Amino acid sequence: MSAVVTEHDDHHDHGPEKGLLRWVFTTNHKDIGTLYLVFALAMFFVGGTMALIIRSELFQPGMQFVEPQFFNSMTTMHALVMVFGAVMPAFVGLANWMIPMMIGAPDMALPRMNNMSFWVLVAGVLLLASTLFMEGGAPASGWTLYPPLVLQTGNALPFAIFSVHLLGISSIMGAINIIATIFNMRAPGMTLMKMPLFVWTWLITAFLLIAVMPVFAGGVTMLLTDKFFDTSFFDAAGGGDPVLYQHIFWFFGHPEVYIMILPTFGVASTIIPVFARKPLFGYSSMVIATIGIAFLSFIVWSHHMFTVGMPMAGELYFMYATMMIAIPTGVKIFNWTATMWKGSMTFETPMLFSIAFVVLFTLGGFTGLMMALAPLDFQYHDTYFIVAHFHYTLVPASIFILQAAAYYWLPKWTGHMYNEKLAQLHFWLSAISVNILFFPQHFLGLAGMPRRIPDYAVQFADWNMISSIGAFIYGFSQLIFLYIVIQTIRQGTGEKVTDEVWEDAKKHGLEWHLPSPPPYHTFTTPPKVIPTEHI
Amino acid sequence: MSTSGNYYIPHKATWPVMVTIGLLLMLVGFANHLNGSTIGSTLMVLGLMVFLLMLAGWFTLQAIESESGMYNTQVGVSYRMGMMWFIFSEIMFFAVFFGTLWYTRNLVVPWLGGIGDGPGRSSHELWQSFEAMWPTNGPGEVGGDFEPMGAWGIPFFNTLILLTSGITCTWAHHGLLAKNRDQLLKGLMATVGLGFLFVSLQAFEYYEAYHDMGLTLGSGIYGSTFFMLTGFHGFHVCVGAIILSVVLFRSWKGHFTPENHFAFEAAAWYWHFVDVVWLGLFVFVYML
Ligand code: HEM
Ligand SMILES: [Cu+2]
Repeated sequence: MSAVVTEHDDHHDHGPEKGLLRWVFTTNHKDIGTLYLVFALAMFFVGGTMALIIRSELFQPGMQFVEPQFFNSMTTMHALVMVFGAVMPAFVGLANWMIPMMIGAPDMALPRMNNMSFWVLVAGVLLLASTLFMEGGAPASGWTLYPPLVLQTGNALPFAIFSVHLLGISSIMGAINIIATIFNMRAPGMTLMKMPLFVWTWLITAFLLIAVMPVFAGGVTMLLTDKFFDTSFFDAAGGGDPVLYQHIFWFFGHPEVYIMILPTFGVASTIIPVFARKPLFGYSSMVIATIGIAFLSFIVWSHHMFTVGMPMAGELYFMYATMMIAIPTGVKIFNWTATMWKGSMTFETPMLFSIAFVVLFTLGGFTGLMMALAPLDFQYHDTYFIVAHFHYTLVPASIFILQAAAYYWLPKWTGHMYNEKLAQLHFWLSAISVNILFFPQHFLGLAGMPRRIPDYAVQFADWNMISSIGAFIYGFSQLIFLYIVIQTIRQGTGEKVTDEVWEDAKKHGLEWHLPSPPPYHTFTTPPKVIPTEHI
Repeated sequence: MSTSGNYYIPHKATWPVMVTIGLLLMLVGFANHLNGSTIGSTLMVLGLMVFLLMLAGWFTLQAIESESGMYNTQVGVSYRMGMMWFIFSEIMFFAVFFGTLWYTRNLVVPWLGGIGDGPGRSSHELWQSFEAMWPTNGPGEVGGDFEPMGAWGIPFFNTLILLTSGITCTWAHHGLLAKNRDQLLKGLMATVGLGFLFVSLQAFEYYEAYHDMGLTLGSGIYGSTFFMLTGFHGFHVCVGAIILSVVLFRSWKGHFTPENHFAFEAAAWYWHFVDVVWLGLFVFVYML
């Protein structure tokens, strides 16, 4: 695997514009990637603040700080901000930065649309945030926006609905761009089965996005017409059914959780081999497992609705179908483990976060299996057990891996090395506190504490207090991350990083053949050599 | 994936941001309007105008770039993929409403009428006297008496219109490929004309429904699904016809060659998609 030098077309290779407008009108995949990542990081702190408001109220039984209505607005807004404002945009940001560099493309396939999808995202989040200041408060129905409850929202309702439309438009445009880039912009020799797994998982994710965002848009459109235009979609008196909304929502919602986890898998599959100094174990089985998970994600949605009163055949079908997801997911877990097996591992921060991800995501996966058992889910449904489950798949999985990705690629993006000592401190604080935060919630849920509730019986006091303490440690630890990121962008440790950054990384990906930081335009002519170590 | 020259990467895109501002303004206006604020509708119209103008600017720029040969084959492939996946997202959007029709008609209404032994049947307890049937405005007889829309009047005629327009569109495409300008222009004009004829007839159908048949958006689940499905479809026909008009204008200006005519192709694909959706509507909404 000899080195690749990219040839630059000098008269084409000009730097970025000067001034702030550069960021407004940019079509450059690196600029747009940066915009997405910075925006997502900001939203992570906004959503995190809301989570801390919730956890403060739940520190003790009784009503302490906020009104119940506002409490419910906080759970709703926390979730919407985290899902649509933080995790999804962060992965789109990574896709923008990395996919063209990983497949040897000059940029994204549709650069103008790339610009628009970012600004539509900002518009959508602005609309959503504006509801906090409206008469009747922000939506307080939970992020699922179930009718009839959500129809009681005040002035915020149409704003929240249009916000969903905008976020959907943004995601669809982003996804179309990613698919077109992957199918149409690969360098010669970069066959589909040579693509890094991050690219593969994003390809599948983009497909999921295009398939389900319109479904959610249609569902909330029916909420809008039920409220303002006399339709009866979700009203039994007119021959409709509120449960129909739940079907529509979860037909979107279940693939949505894979939209947040598949790129996570992709980044983990990219990082682990580098620090295990071995090729990824079972590359093609990883690809097939990803496709399998995506397929299954379309046919399991009613596992969120075991208690709504489905026919028995439905209960059984959705139970077995859901349990099947454990198979491709298990394949992935085993492959990551096998990649590390007998590797000469080192434990830099990206690797630490990745290992923690493998362990803790497995835990979240197991609780998922428990809930897939329909008869048992009657006990778990709508309790804190659910909250514990999905946070294990979102925080120590998606968020950990996003932070691993930041540590892994920041030196490439900025040309500066981050502070490893501080980063390890950030890791250990996060990894320990995240368990203090979420593990006790399993016990609370099993004992019957409902989710989305501002007050609780005294029997739940102890574990809630511990969970809240964990939440504050976790929340404040993230300030270390913020500090490290800013410091790395500005000058880092002062040590100049090599192109490769990580030992032998060149074998694993095209991006490590480029200078650190890479020039504003990379691969204006396609690279000649394609690394194949991951196969 | 033949590459002749560099892939065209535009710089400094001003239109997308402007389009977004228009879109945001429009939605803020609409939401305010729904909440009963008086400035809402003004904002909405203003936003819509900004949106459309900026979109027009963007597309004009694209057309100019395309005509000056800045797009190589690979760029063309990106655009085609973009359009294909956009149409896929539209299919999924319509799928929700078709799914809603199926679910309410085949499950919800029977359950409300006490048919079937699923737990869903409990809804029957609330509405004991209700008998399942279709069309229905539900046990609460929401919206009062209405007459369902028959299939063999305007809808059947509209089916013929759309099918014919699909043919004229393809005929125009053949004209473009054969460099037969006359055929291209005539075919497009016929397609656009038929498209607008379809919309006018549908408007008339709606008028009848509201004024003579008591059938409105508020006529329970039948009215809801009927108007939602046909309404969104009609809106798409309008958009398709407008796109085709632009393509007609560009053809008249002498744009497009047999090798380079992405805009034409995209418009035609879109038109066929709208056509197919209509067939689904005709069968599931009107006939069955
Ligand atoms: C950063 C640490 C986080 C903390 C401390 C936290 C805490 C919480 C709390 C306390 C709730 C409310 C549970 C209830 O009372 O019902 C909640 C709900 C939720 N969170 Fe988080 N969360 C965190 C991160 C995330 C992330 C990263 C995501 C998604 C990407 C997320 C998604 C959700 C969702 C979907 C809900 C459910 C909201 C609902 O009930 O509708 N959370 N979280
Ligand atoms: Cu699910």
